[in-house]
Amino acid sequence: MIQFDDVSKRYEGGHTALNHLSFQIERNEMVFLTGHSGAGKSTLLKLIMMMERPTSGQVFVDGKNLNRLPARKIPEHRRGVGVVFQNHQLLFDRSVFDNVALPLIIAGFQPRDVGRRVRAALDKVGLLDKEKKNPITLSGGEQQRVGIARAVVNKPALLLADEPTGNLDPELSAEIMHLFEQFNQVGVTILIASHDLSLIARLPHRLISLKAGQLLRPEVA
Amino acid sequence: MSATPTRRQPKRSLAPVREPGAGASISPVQLKDRWRGYWANQKVVARQTLLRLVAQPASSMMTVLVIGIALALPVVMLVSLSNIEQLGRGWDGAARISLFLKRDVSDDNARGLADRLEQRKDIAAVQFTSASEALDEFRQLSGYGEVLDSLESNPLPGVLVVTPAGGDVDADTSRTLFDELSMLPDVDQAKLDLEWVQRLHAMMDIGKRISLSLGFLLSLGVLLVIGNTIKLAIEARRDEIVVVKLVGGTDAFVRRPFLYTGFWYGLGGGITAWLILQFSMLLLAGPVSMLSGLYESEYSLTGLGFGNTLMLWLTSGFLGWMGAWLVVRRQLKSIEPR
Repeated sequence: MIQFDDVSKRYEGGHTALNHLSFQIERNEMVFLTGHSGAGKSTLLKLIMMMERPTSGQVFVDGKNLNRLPARKIPEHRRGVGVVFQNHQLLFDRSVFDNVALPLIIAGFQPRDVGRRVRAALDKVGLLDKEKKNPITLSGGEQQRVGIARAVVNKPALLLADEPTGNLDPELSAEIMHLFEQFNQVGVTILIASHDLSLIARLPHRLISLKAGQLLRPEVA
Repeated sequence: MSATPTRRQPKRSLAPVREPGAGASISPVQLKDRWRGYWANQKVVARQTLLRLVAQPASSMMTVLVIGIALALPVVMLVSLSNIEQLGRGWDGAARISLFLKRDVSDDNARGLADRLEQRKDIAAVQFTSASEALDEFRQLSGYGEVLDSLESNPLPGVLVVTPAGGDVDADTSRTLFDELSMLPDVDQAKLDLEWVQRLHAMMDIGKRISLSLGFLLSLGVLLVIGNTIKLAIEARRDEIVVVKLVGGTDAFVRRPFLYTGFWYGLGGGITAWLILQFSMLLLAGPVSMLSGLYESEYSLTGLGFGNTLMLWLTSGFLGWMGAWLVVRRQLKSIEPR
């Protein structure tokens, strides 16, 4: 599903975020991405999201070589990738429903399909009764679940999460991780960047550890 | 150029496990549905942006008023000019030729000449005023009755007033006819009342050009006003733009609400300009009808008319859209998710 071939990313100013990185994530896998801040986790996710382009090397997502994807194809690519952000990136000028509906409206779904899918996604994250609320009135854990609902509402084949439990207490974090596992069970490939090592250690998923833009240790299957 | 779905990179034997309705790389949206969804989105955005403007009447009204006043100026000027032109058209036919007859032409002969002239195709009407009629008229109007009485003979000649045929007579035809008529043996002197009409036309042309160039400049001003307003709106919605781009919104999708906002501002300005015009016409209607009453004319002010009003609104709406487009195109490039 995701393949990095000798990928390097150097930012202007000389900082090297990724250094000849190669790895592969299979379809339907659930993988944790760890490393200290500055190890290149965010850059890696940004390359998959095409928020950045690699300085050298190639990134493949779902068989597509992202280097060959022109800028005008980026929106279409992003629609196929669900993303959960550490700071949720929710919009507080609209309801929970409208936040979750955004990807569907962008993808051009009809209003009746939008309603059906949004409710299905909210149901999965257990927030069906909060659809009319403004996300600012929700707790941190609930906001994060709204973010997850928005990431999966378009039924993407690939789900990325950047520190999804960053601001949550251990109990809520475990809950969120369990939610990701459920999506993984129905066939979604999942890549979660996290430095919550104690939580990750308890979960039976492959680990990709980065240090200074390189793989830290051999991958654990 | 772009990667096609068939260009699969090294794929392991692991077959993709997919539950029904679970993961699909492409959202199952049919083209027809997508098109319908596109239009549904257009409608929704049009409504939302309008409601958003209405929800903040104070700030929206300011912009709309500025645009309205800017547009009203050239529109009011053009409407005034077209009214003057209409007034002038009434006199245009009055590019009449006055033929002052020689003293020795009798009234009967003069009437005969009038009849003959009236037969001509290039003449619409001939009106004869005999020397004595002219004197009576002059006596009544001038108030010099006693002075005239003291004169031994009538100093006034008989006059034929010739109206050229074909309502809108241009200067050249009138001039040819004038030359011909002034050669007639019975005619002492001919006078063509044309110069002031030409002067009026020239002035109208200048006025029109001034209002058009004013309209052009003020339209540029409207573009800038809307551009600036939209720029602020974009800044205020930066977060939303970032999120929309992150979840795969195309540039067109991101642009759409701002273009509609610009359009609504423009249209609102156009309607305001129209209201200003109607209001000033209302103010003028009284005095104008009094003036035209004094001149025994049935002249009344003419407004924009349906077609031109529609034109004004469409143009102002387009100006708003355009102003937004110019800014949005540049501004949105600078807002990318980081």
